[in-house]
Amino acid sequence: MEHQSKLETVLRGIALLLVVVFFMFPIFWIFLMSLQTNETILRVPPSINFEPTLSNYRALITGKLETSAASLEINFLQNLWNSVFLSVASVSLALLLGVPAAYAFARHKFKGSEDIAFTLLSFRFAPPLLVLLPLSLYFQKMGLADTYLGLIWVYQLICLPLILWIVRGYFEDISPDIEYAYRVAGHSWFSTFRKIALPLAGPGIAAAGLLAFIFAWNNFIFALVLASADKQPVTVGALAFITASGIQYGQIAAAIVMSIAPTLALALYAQKYLVEGLSLGAVKG
Amino acid sequence: MSDIHLDIKQVDKIYGTANSAVHAVKGLSMAVRRGEITSLLGASGCGKTSTLRMIAGFETVSKGTIKLGGKVLNDLRPVKRNVAMAFEGYSLYPPLTIRDNIAFALKASKLSAKDISDKVHTMADMLEITDILDKHPSSVSGGQQQRASLGRALIRDADLHLLDEPMGQLEPQLRALLRGRIKHYIKENGITAILVTHDQAEANALSDRIAVMEGGYLQQFESPQRLKDQPANLFTGTFVGEPPMNTFSASVDKESDKVRFDLDHGVSLSFDVTDFSADVIEAALALKSVVIGVRPYAIKRDDDGMKATVVANHWLGDQSHIAATLAGQSVILVEHDRAPDKAGDDIFIKLDPDNIHVFNRETGYAVSHGAEIVG
Ligand SMILES: Nc1ncnc2c1ncn2[C@@H]1O[C@H](COP(=O)(O)OP(=O)(O)O)[C@@H](O)[C@H]1O
Ligand SMILES: [Mg+2]
Repeated sequence: MEHQSKLETVLRGIALLLVVVFFMFPIFWIFLMSLQTNETILRVPPSINFEPTLSNYRALITGKLETSAASLEINFLQNLWNSVFLSVASVSLALLLGVPAAYAFARHKFKGSEDIAFTLLSFRFAPPLLVLLPLSLYFQKMGLADTYLGLIWVYQLICLPLILWIVRGYFEDISPDIEYAYRVAGHSWFSTFRKIALPLAGPGIAAAGLLAFIFAWNNFIFALVLASADKQPVTVGALAFITASGIQYGQIAAAIVMSIAPTLALALYAQKYLVEGLSLGAVKG
Repeated sequence: MSDIHLDIKQVDKIYGTANSAVHAVKGLSMAVRRGEITSLLGASGCGKTSTLRMIAGFETVSKGTIKLGGKVLNDLRPVKRNVAMAFEGYSLYPPLTIRDNIAFALKASKLSAKDISDKVHTMADMLEITDILDKHPSSVSGGQQQRASLGRALIRDADLHLLDEPMGQLEPQLRALLRGRIKHYIKENGITAILVTHDQAEANALSDRIAVMEGGYLQQFESPQRLKDQPANLFTGTFVGEPPMNTFSASVDKESDKVRFDLDHGVSLSFDVTDFSADVIEAALALKSVVIGVRPYAIKRDDDGMKATVVANHWLGDQSHIAATLAGQSVILVEHDRAPDKAGDDIFIKLDPDNIHVFNRETGYAVSHGAEIVG
């Protein structure tokens, strides 16, 4: 690395600090909010002097929301479970379909293969609202509205192109000769795919899967339109906190903390994978 | 011939689509005998690797047929061909150690773990990679990866071994050492091997026959000695041999008992008609315009010879390479003694008729080698 002057180091440190504060402060503030009641949150001016309480979390877990006006039922844990289930199932299905497809696109150039691959990617460009109206009509007819199956299907619009394109790049980075070397030693192409291509692209597949998981988790609009309360993920479920007697900021904050926790944990865990993937640079022939 | 093992007939390789086609191999026909070591020799891009990949089954054969042991390979999947290959780019499996990379090639065989381990060690000893067996490909040098890749191919018991520039990354001393060992190993195990190389010394030392390729065409397929003595055309004549053959354009004439080759600048080579067979003279006269070729070591000094002017003189430690100008063209001589000549000196040289190759100037085909006409 180049030698840096002291001033440069200090400036760089300040710049990094600003970026971290900019991105992390809202999360930090939300965490603080989740430990307060609506009254302390809405104080003017805001202060970090408060008596921390776990009541917001308790409300979410027990499913009883006490407002000043009334007590109402919310289904936050069900929403959280829906999020987990929908995301895991969607990403699994997308990996199952997308990884072999990515391999095919990487290894077999045929007439029109680029066009097909690009068409799949273009699903990402279309605004979701464009497809939602016709889709919801179709789903009503086909009995897929308000089912997990229907949602997982629609989520493929998010996950599949992502996985296809990222994983394809990883496959393309593996020298085909490494696979040929294996095939010439008496192995079928399928066992070559399983024993050579898949493990070598493993870090890439993990990264793509993680990214797809986050996108699926964060999706809002599909589930809002296509599913009712008991199938909706946390992103949509949080709407329940906008109640007749006001917005329940404390509980929203607690819900946010609980709903980003899984993705955050996953990202931290997969970080190791990503670094590994980058340092395994000898993949290219 | 009944012992033909690999039979390539009129094979073409065309990459890409109709409007952006690369014609990499053109009408290739060659028959390789069982137990023979064949080299594909040629400049980069001449179609050597494409040929190997078609034989191994990684590229489709655009035209023609390839047979191995009497069986047509064209539509057989690679797994069914029983061919071993060492790749130009090594292509080791990154997650495995060098040892496992080599042992892996034997997984499909029914050998015991002990036998596999013994074989790997023998191979590693031969290739001087015993000390890196437990390292991963990414942490050893290119030359070591290349040897591991060669070992992975050689260790297999296959019907045909394809070795694509297997020693290109090695330093000359090691290359010379391994050449001998590998040849011994191949012969001892009755392996039929096709070796791709652009190193003539390697091709000469290792092969029974050399296939010279250029621009997708097979130029000549012969033993190293005959390739040197009887080049089929101007291309092989000038491509094979170091330093390359000297060539001069000439017109041919006959006067009573002399046959004369007239070069540029009024320089003529005159020989007795008895130096050549009658049909050589007849063929040369019929062409009028020919190219004559003579190898650098076949040019001798002679006080009654033609005058040439020295341009440079290099002593390589065991031979002198003298570059001179003759009839406005450059000519190279090789002598085994240290020559005293300096740039600007005049020397007198003579071409020995036994060492003159005559080529058709238009087609490039050889007409005669020494006194003998090409059949
Ligand atoms: N996959 C490919 N697609 C298109 N052209 C190719 C491909 N592989 C090789 N070629 C071209 O075919 C010609 C012969 O290549 P190759 O067989 O690799 O030559 P060599 O091994 O003798 O250097 C070259 O012009 C090369 O650019
Ligand atoms: Mg090559």
